[in-house]
Amino acid sequence: MTVQELPGAVAYRPTPPPAWKPRTDPAPLLPDPEPYRVLGTDAAAGTDPELLLKLYAQLVRGRRYNVQATALTKQGRLAVYPSSTGQEASEVAAALALEERDWLFPSYRDTLAAVARGLDPVQALTLLRGDWHTGYDPHEHRIAPLSTPLATQLPHAVGLAHAARLKGDDVVALAMVGDGGTSEGDFHEALNFAAVWQAPVVFLVQNNGFAISVPLAKQTAAPSLAHKAVGYGMPGRLVDGNDAAAMHEVLSDAVDRARRGGGPTLIEAVTYRIEAHTNADDATRYRGDAEVEAWRAHDPIRLLERELTERGLLDDEARESVAASAETMAADLRERMNAEPVLQPMDLFEHVYAEQTSQLREQAAQLRAELDAEGEAR
Amino acid sequence: MTTAAVKPATMAQALQRAMRDAMAQDPTVHVMGEDVGTLGGVFRVTDGLAKEFGEDRCTDTPLAEAGILGTAVGMAMYGLRPVVEMQFDAFAYPAFEQLISHVSRMRNRTKGAMPMPITVRVPYGGGIGGVEHHSDSSEAYYMATPGLHVVTPATVDDAYGLLRAAIASDDPVVFLEPKRLYWSKSQWSPEAPTAVEPIGRAVVRRQGRSATLITYGPSLPVCMEAAEAAAAEGWDLEVVDLRSLVPFDDETVCASVRRTGRAVVVHESTGFGGPGGEIAARVTERCFHHLEAPVLRVAGFDIPYPPPMLERHHLPGVDRVLDAVARLQWEAGS
Ligand SMILES: Cc1ncc(C[n+]2csc(CCOP(=O)(O)OP(=O)(O)O)c2C)c(N)n1
Repeated sequence: MTVQELPGAVAYRPTPPPAWKPRTDPAPLLPDPEPYRVLGTDAAAGTDPELLLKLYAQLVRGRRYNVQATALTKQGRLAVYPSSTGQEASEVAAALALEERDWLFPSYRDTLAAVARGLDPVQALTLLRGDWHTGYDPHEHRIAPLSTPLATQLPHAVGLAHAARLKGDDVVALAMVGDGGTSEGDFHEALNFAAVWQAPVVFLVQNNGFAISVPLAKQTAAPSLAHKAVGYGMPGRLVDGNDAAAMHEVLSDAVDRARRGGGPTLIEAVTYRIEAHTNADDATRYRGDAEVEAWRAHDPIRLLERELTERGLLDDEARESVAASAETMAADLRERMNAEPVLQPMDLFEHVYAEQTSQLREQAAQLRAELDAEGEAR
Repeated sequence: MTTAAVKPATMAQALQRAMRDAMAQDPTVHVMGEDVGTLGGVFRVTDGLAKEFGEDRCTDTPLAEAGILGTAVGMAMYGLRPVVEMQFDAFAYPAFEQLISHVSRMRNRTKGAMPMPITVRVPYGGGIGGVEHHSDSSEAYYMATPGLHVVTPATVDDAYGLLRAAIASDDPVVFLEPKRLYWSKSQWSPEAPTAVEPIGRAVVRRQGRSATLITYGPSLPVCMEAAEAAAAEGWDLEVVDLRSLVPFDDETVCASVRRTGRAVVVHESTGFGGPGGEIAARVTERCFHHLEAPVLRVAGFDIPYPPPMLERHHLPGVDRVLDAVARLQWEAGS
C-alpha cells in the first residue's frame, strides 16, 4: 500500500528527513551465513604445511595443559580452572595471529592463548591458584591481566590500540570475550568506540554455546553474534572455531587489516565448551550427552590431525614427538604447581598506591607486628 | 609561561588553565569526554583545549561513560595520561564498573607493573538548581574504593594546584569539582599560576580556639560564613579544608581538634554512610581525650537529592552549622 492509498493519508509523499543518508553500505560488513572452514575443503590445499604443524603442536600442548590444570583443581592446587578443552583452536589461533609487538586482552578462560603467546604456564595460573591476581608483568609479553568481570577488558583493548596509533606504532590489540559477554554494555561501548575511532582492534567472540548454564538462544536474538558488527560499522566474520586453519586465516586477515589502518573487525568463532563452565559447575543440569558427543566428533585436534595425516604431513613418529613434548610441559607444570608458593604478606600494602598513604602505613605496621608475634610463637 | 591575560579568575578557568599547562608540558596528557572538544565542556572547563592541542589530545568521545573510562584504561596502559571528564556526578555511575574493577586496582593486581595515571574529573554537588541527576555528591562511593585518590578543591588556587597534581599523579585520582563554585572568583592570576599542591594535605583556612569545622569542597564557603557569624556570638571557630578525602590528613585535622577540643564535620553528601561518619570516627579514635563533646555531623538529609525548588532545605547552610556549634556546649547526660 502506498502512502496515497492509505485511508485518510495526506496527498503528498514525504521526503526523507534532511540529514538522512546511509553512512555505510552494510552488505560488505555482513558475515557469510555459514561459518568459514578450511580443513577438509578445497581451501585446505593452499595452507602452509609448516603453519599447520605449528598449530597442531600448539593444540596438543593446549589440550594437555587443559587436562593438567583441571587435574590440579581436583588436587586443590588451583581454586578454579575454566577449561578451554574443545576451544583450543580458537585460543591458539588468537595467540599465533599476533606479532610480538601486538597486545592480547584475554578473559579468564583464555589462559591458553596467553600460554601459546609465550607466557610461563605457572605465571598464567597465578590468578586461579590464588597467590596474586596477576602473576606476570603485562608488558613482558604484551598480555593484559586475565579479566574476570565480563567484557570489561574490551574497551581497554580499544584504548590501547588507539593510543598506539596516536603514537605512530603499528600495534594491534586482540580482545577475547565469550558469547555471554557480548550482552554486556562494555561489549557494545568497546565496539562502538573502536569503529568510531577506527582503532586497530580485533574482537574475537568465542561462542562456546553457553554462559555458565544459559544457552545462546537466551542470550541474543541476533542471527549470529558476528552480525552485531554491522550495527557498529565494522565487518563481522563467522568462523568454525574448531578449524585451526580457518581460525588462523581469519584472525590473521583481521589483524593485518587493522595494522594497515582498515579498522576493527568482529569475529565469531563457533565452538563448544566440552567441560563444565568450571569445576564448580554441574553441566548435566543444562545439556545432554548427545550434544556433547556431537561436538567431540568435531574436535579441533582430530580435525587437524586428519588433514595432516591425509596429506602425509604427520606420521606416528611426529605425532609421538608432539605428544611427548606436551607431556614434558605437563610434568613441569605439575611439579612446579606442587611446590608451595612463597607468599609475602607485606605485599598487601605495597601496590595499592605509588606511595603508601599514612592510613596504609599504620595498617602495614599492624600486620608487621602480627607477623612478628606469629614468628615468635613458632 | 606566556599567556594572554583574560582576567580569568573563576574556578572553571583555573581548572582549564591547569589542563592546558599540563598538556603543554607533557605530550602524554589527553583530555577526553562528552562535549569536551568543540563545545569546551558543558561548564566550559575544557574551553579551547581542542583548538590549541588538536582533537587527538582533547577528544569528543562517543556518549558512553564506561567506554570513556574503559578506553582511558587502555590508553594509560600504553603510556598516556588520560584526563577524563564525566559530564555530571550522576552520569559517572555507568563508569563505576571500570573505575572499581579496573582503574582502582590495576596497579595492585599487577604488583605495580601497570599503574593507572588517570584523572577522572567529576562536577559534583548541588546548589545550582540542577534537575534530577545533576546534583549528587558521590564522594563516599569513591572513598570506599581502595586504590583511588579522592580530591576536591574549594578555592580557585587549589583548583589549579590540585588538578596539576592529579594529572601528574601516577595513581588514579577522582577529582571532584564543586560545580556551584565553578564561578567563584579570587585574586588568582593566570599570569602566575599557583604552585602544584601535593595531594593529601588539609589546610587550616581560618584559625580559631573554640571548635573546629572540618569540611571540603562546596561546604567550605558555608563554613567560613558560619565562622564569621559565630564570632559575633563569642565562638572562635577554626575551619579545616580537607582538600583530599583519600588520602586523609589525620595530622592536620587532629592537631586542630586537639587545640579546640570540639569538632563538627560539614558536607552536603548524605550523613548516613557518608564521609562524615568516617571522619568523626577517625577524630574520636585519635583525639578522644581532648574532646569536650562528641564529634557532630552536619550533612545533607538521607534522601535522594531533592528537586531544585526544595534543595535549599536539604543543603546544610550557615544556620544548620551554627545550630551544631551551639550543640557543642555538650554536657554529659544531655
Ligand atoms: C560482569 C560479570 N557478571 C557476571 C559474572 C559471572 N560469570 C562468570 S563467567 C559467566 C558466564 C560467561 O559466559 P561467556 O561470556 O559465554 O564465556 P564462557 O565462560 O562461556 O567462556 C558469568 C555469568 C562475571 N564474571 N562478570
